[in-house]
Amino acid sequence: MKTDDLVAALSAHIEPVNRRLVSRTVFIALAAGAVVALGIILVGLGVRSDLTTARALMFLLLKLAFTAGIIGVASAYLTRLARPGAERTTSSISALVPFAAIVLLAAISLGLAPSSHWNKMVMGDEWLECLLSIPIIAIVPFAVIIAAVRRAAPTNLVRTGAFAGLIAGGVSAMGYALHCTDDSIPFVAVWYGGTIGLRTLAGAVSGPRLLRW
Amino acid sequence: MTTHEIELKALMLASLDGDAASHRALLERLSRRLRAYYKGKLAGIGRDATEAEDLVQEAVLAIHIKRHTYDPAEPLTPWVHAIARYKLIDFLRRTRASFADVPIDEADAIMAHDDNVDAESTFDVRRLMARLPKKMRCAIEAVKLDGQSIAEAAVKCGISKSGVKVNIHRGLKALAALIAQETGT
Repeated sequence: MKTDDLVAALSAHIEPVNRRLVSRTVFIALAAGAVVALGIILVGLGVRSDLTTARALMFLLLKLAFTAGIIGVASAYLTRLARPGAERTTSSISALVPFAAIVLLAAISLGLAPSSHWNKMVMGDEWLECLLSIPIIAIVPFAVIIAAVRRAAPTNLVRTGAFAGLIAGGVSAMGYALHCTDDSIPFVAVWYGGTIGLRTLAGAVSGPRLLRW
Repeated sequence: MTTHEIELKALMLASLDGDAASHRALLERLSRRLRAYYKGKLAGIGRDATEAEDLVQEAVLAIHIKRHTYDPAEPLTPWVHAIARYKLIDFLRRTRASFADVPIDEADAIMAHDDNVDAESTFDVRRLMARLPKKMRCAIEAVKLDGQSIAEAAVKCGISKSGVKVNIHRGLKALAALIAQETGT
């Protein structure tokens, strides 16, 4: 087939294009993923029962702020990375800010506590549940976000996959925070931060296969 | 900013608003630049330049299908270049060459030369179309190859008008995947 024939064929009946389609698709996927994660928490694990105490509420807000910060920064990057060539003008370094903040707070918190408490502060009661729940709950949000990004045209698949994983991990951790009763900043830094980091890594590794177009 | 950038971006914006003549002019001009770009790249790494035409058509198809990912606030040249380069790397990976062989180039390289020697690609779209599901094939043949209107195609294929549009869209994507498969073997 001649290229001119292909061009002619593609130019018959052109529809106007919605220029906001990329960011709209990503945000719809994000919302859908969040609804699924929330549903799994509400139905599967249940919301923590002590939310009437000020301490529980304060730690819930801290966890929500940490995960919301991750989701906010990462989704702004993802809508850019979904477009061809955007990685050349986009530095992703500020995605680390929420992690740096929580690690700093965790260090301060450990520094103020006697060292005999450190083990309990880091490991909490339910570290294994946290370690398993966040990556598992992230599966559906990750799939939905990947499906949305596939409709666009990322050209750096490793980085785009990493951000899809980061957002899915953030959404999942945000939902899990409603259930989790381990209230210490080092616990959040290690187990929330760590599992979200693992999800990000998995996204980076699978990105080139899942996002190819 | 070069005159190419200004003219091509104007065509792109008109094309995004649904102007078929601008879309055609844009794809024609880009295909000539893509041809020069790919011939140069393939020759530079000792590959056969006849493969260039396959790549030109893959890139043209990608630019068409992915045109909604162009952000009008940005210049057009880097967007086209990113797609062209992505398709080149993908092609070399599929055909088992190392993408480390692709020399670093500037976005402007894509607009540097014009090559209007149109060649046949090594695949035949009509033959590949035979592998598409019936509705997709019917919709694409009617509208894209035979130049019928959406309404005529809807009657011919026995589906709704929006069904024709959806089938064209999905069919072109499936076709792009088939072309990728075909050139990868």
